[in-house]
Amino acid sequence: MDKRTKINEILNGIVGKTIAPAEDESLFDSGLLDSFALADLVSALEKAFELKIPDADLNPRKFDSIERIESYLEAHGK
Amino acid sequence: MPFLREFAAYLPDRVVSNAEIGSQVGCDAGWIRNVSGIEQRRFAAEDESVADLALRAAQACLEKAKISASALGMIMIASGSAERQFPGPAATVAHRLGLDSTPALDVPMASAGTLYAMALASRLCEGIGEILIVGAEKMSSVVLRPPMERGVAILFGDGAGACLVSPTEGKARVLGSTLHTDGAFAEDLKLGFDRPLEMNGRSVILQASRKVPRAISDLLDRHGRKAADVGTFLMHQANQNLIDRVAQALDVPAERFYSNIARYGNTSSASMLIAAAEWAESGWPAGESVCFTAFGAGFHWGALLAEA
Repeated sequence: MDKRTKINEILNGIVGKTIAPAEDESLFDSGLLDSFALADLVSALEKAFELKIPDADLNPRKFDSIERIESYLEAHGK
Repeated sequence: MPFLREFAAYLPDRVVSNAEIGSQVGCDAGWIRNVSGIEQRRFAAEDESVADLALRAAQACLEKAKISASALGMIMIASGSAERQFPGPAATVAHRLGLDSTPALDVPMASAGTLYAMALASRLCEGIGEILIVGAEKMSSVVLRPPMERGVAILFGDGAGACLVSPTEGKARVLGSTLHTDGAFAEDLKLGFDRPLEMNGRSVILQASRKVPRAISDLLDRHGRKAADVGTFLMHQANQNLIDRVAQALDVPAERFYSNIARYGNTSSASMLIAAAEWAESGWPAGESVCFTAFGAGFHWGALLAEA
């Protein structure tokens, strides 16, 4: 499964329905994720991609869109 | 061995409903309840100061403990909403308790202030004697400051909570505590002079929902306990959804986390001790361990474990 598909599956699981945000669409401003769902998203990414996201990296903007999530994962070798 | 000897609280009379505060910031009562668990809060009178609120809780705590202020070795007052830069409310409270030389220390920290004070008092009381801690906040003076911001205005309330820490006797022994600070996020929750409160709610929730369970787990590990062994968690009442999330992360039922946020909102540094005072009213069950925990601007966070 490619990275984009995996991220989409995680987002669908958190939101509880199938969504199709544009890759640069803000997941927060669009109302798809709230503050608590963001915490779930980070935990799910850690589990799915087998990485530990340090607290210092927990800037909501880094996880604000599919594009940014992909960039973060790529920068960390995933 | 430090003990938690007594708790007390003071809440101002004026009840402010979600409908009342919501009408000022353009949101309805149900929305406020859904995003925060808050149904109402208390606001102090216009002429009531942080020191006034603190004094009422301090006097109630001393009365319940049946000791006079002159028996205190120290006073600590935590507040993030004191009216002036210095002196803080501690000196005023000490004076109004009739003390003229007992050291009175301000802990100018929002939300986590009383937890820090309890942890410090537990480590100091053997040499100093009885230490009275008060968390007192007049957050209404902050949130009603224009321009009012919806995400902030709906959350906060006024009140004071107190705790007497003793080197010799009390309801429960303090087994240990853990305190942490990460200034990398200092800009994400701040209150400047004569400025509105600024909060990056996403960052606060994200950091708190990871740091608080970790601090609790580390503390419990250190004392050979598991979260399931803790009878009651007394957490800073920031947001019901956050409280539930911490319970979930620790894999304990949400009911183990005492909650009164529906009635008082987030009273910042006062909230944990207001909750403790209410919870302790029905007695501290023999052998029951209680975990206090808080997270706030700084970010400062930590936990304290006590056992009857």
